[in-house]
Amino acid sequence: MTETELKQKSVTYRKKILKYIVGAKAGHTGGSLSCIDILNVLYNEVMNVGPKNFTSPDRDRYIQSKGHCVEALFVVLADKGFFPESDLETLCKYKSHYIGHPTRKVHGVEQNTGALGHGLPISAGTALAAKMDGKSYRVFTLMGDGELPEGSNWEAALTASHYKLDNLCAIVDKNTLQITGSTAEVCNTDPLDEKFESFGWAVKHVDGHDLKALKETFDSMPFEPGKPNLVIAHTTKGKGISFMENSVKWHHGVPDKEQYEIALTELDNLLVF
Amino acid sequence: MGAVVENNTINGKPNQDVFSATLLELARADKNIVAVTSDSRGSGKLVAFGQQLPAQIVEIGIAEQNLVGVAAGLASAGKKAFAVSPACFLTARALEQIKNDVAYSDNPVRLVGISAGVSYGALGTTHHSLHDFAVLRAINNITIITPADNFETTEAVKFAVKTDKPLYLRFGKKAMPLLTDDADNKFEPGKGRIIRKGADIALIATGETVYPALLAAGLLAEIGIEATVVSMHTIKPLDSELILQLAEETGAIVTVEEHSVNGGLGEACASLLLQNGYGKPFKIMGIPDEYTVTGSQVEILNHYGLSAEGITSVVTGMLKTTQL
Repeated sequence: MTETELKQKSVTYRKKILKYIVGAKAGHTGGSLSCIDILNVLYNEVMNVGPKNFTSPDRDRYIQSKGHCVEALFVVLADKGFFPESDLETLCKYKSHYIGHPTRKVHGVEQNTGALGHGLPISAGTALAAKMDGKSYRVFTLMGDGELPEGSNWEAALTASHYKLDNLCAIVDKNTLQITGSTAEVCNTDPLDEKFESFGWAVKHVDGHDLKALKETFDSMPFEPGKPNLVIAHTTKGKGISFMENSVKWHHGVPDKEQYEIALTELDNLLVF
Repeated sequence: MGAVVENNTINGKPNQDVFSATLLELARADKNIVAVTSDSRGSGKLVAFGQQLPAQIVEIGIAEQNLVGVAAGLASAGKKAFAVSPACFLTARALEQIKNDVAYSDNPVRLVGISAGVSYGALGTTHHSLHDFAVLRAINNITIITPADNFETTEAVKFAVKTDKPLYLRFGKKAMPLLTDDADNKFEPGKGRIIRKGADIALIATGETVYPALLAAGLLAEIGIEATVVSMHTIKPLDSELILQLAEETGAIVTVEEHSVNGGLGEACASLLLQNGYGKPFKIMGIPDEYTVTGSQVEILNHYGLSAEGITSVVTGMLKTTQL
């Protein structure tokens, strides 16, 4: 995919995230917009996974630990052809499988998530199984910076290092905000790189909205043979829509009609190169 | 049947020893069987497993949440993961992982709660698991099996290897005798095993309390009370059919478990029976809702009447009251 095509995808995905959040009158807007470029690059440029090989034991796995940003995942899975996009019109509706967190009832979802601090242990187990079986698939897990105080993350960080899971990549969507306010003020986890490095991980920083840099980062896995990979993706919560950026109230804010129109216009303007 | 034997002088093995020996034997033939431990291979009797099949044991260290999460990941990738940890920590510390990563995500982890109930005796409440039936019964998509004797344990482990659904197995540390030498009395998950038949009362017990219930039946027979004794090894799904049949065929029901009286086998039976119009005498025997008395496992069980004499006493009291 060309750089322009990839950039176009990011804009389209953002529009769809907003469309379905507006339709459902619910959703995690800010975080979905902060992580969507990461998902775009993973699903379109990095991972060997799609509807045709989803049952293959050799596929790459993506496990979204920050499950609340499910809208980002759903629009990408729809785009990849896992299910018809029209399914998303049922988002958060009675009896829909498309609920506010990932579930395996939706084709393409690897694990049911939503409670925080669960993605890394499951991902470590899945990556360990690959090592035990001599398989070459990789496991990617997307975490929020707000979920890092969950102790299970650090338990799994030890396991990943102990078993030298260099086929595991954890990505922290470091948008620096959570529902109460700044992550630094709620529970400071910085310096994050030094913490993970001291746990035996290889760490890279990247601009989480720079598609090229993201691809180059993922393509350089393993960062150091024998060490699990941590990508600290520096992102902006609400990225792409001026009035949503860096604003806690858009954590799960739903735009009204006027805000939605303005947002779409701003997103279109991003495509004027 | 009916001979009174002290629990600690019997010739069986602890169920968790039988679990580990059976698992080792099955794992030799199936490299996908993996034991996942939380510094628990000693208490789980998995030292030999680790020595003989080092590529099939995953040591996590003391981190039960991670133990279950990693086991879920292993299971999702085709491993028959047995997550082995003391029942007290496994089903409390890691409950959210059990609920979400195992049951809700439908990853077929075999959770193995060792040293369950009050097996740890004088180590106290931190090490007792009297809540595990209750919390796991309220979680969808998990089977709960508590084998009573070495035969049931072997069969339960064989079933665990075959199943593709989430499962909780619960074992204690005491040596357990065979409940019956009747080779036709099969073990079938979800179906209670009738160990003894009698029309006056049904003793529905589970796990290591089946044996004292059976001893109690022997004592009761000596005074003319004939008891049916059931090993209700599967707590969930509950064998409703058998329980309702016993409700019809016997004059009273007593349930016995090494678990809190809240939320366990007894309340499961009570719920079923009440909703089916049961009106005969009924009693739940277990650990009451109080700070558990201190002492060894046997002392604690005896204190709360979870012994041949205690069960006998409750039954005779119940039937006397009924006759009045």
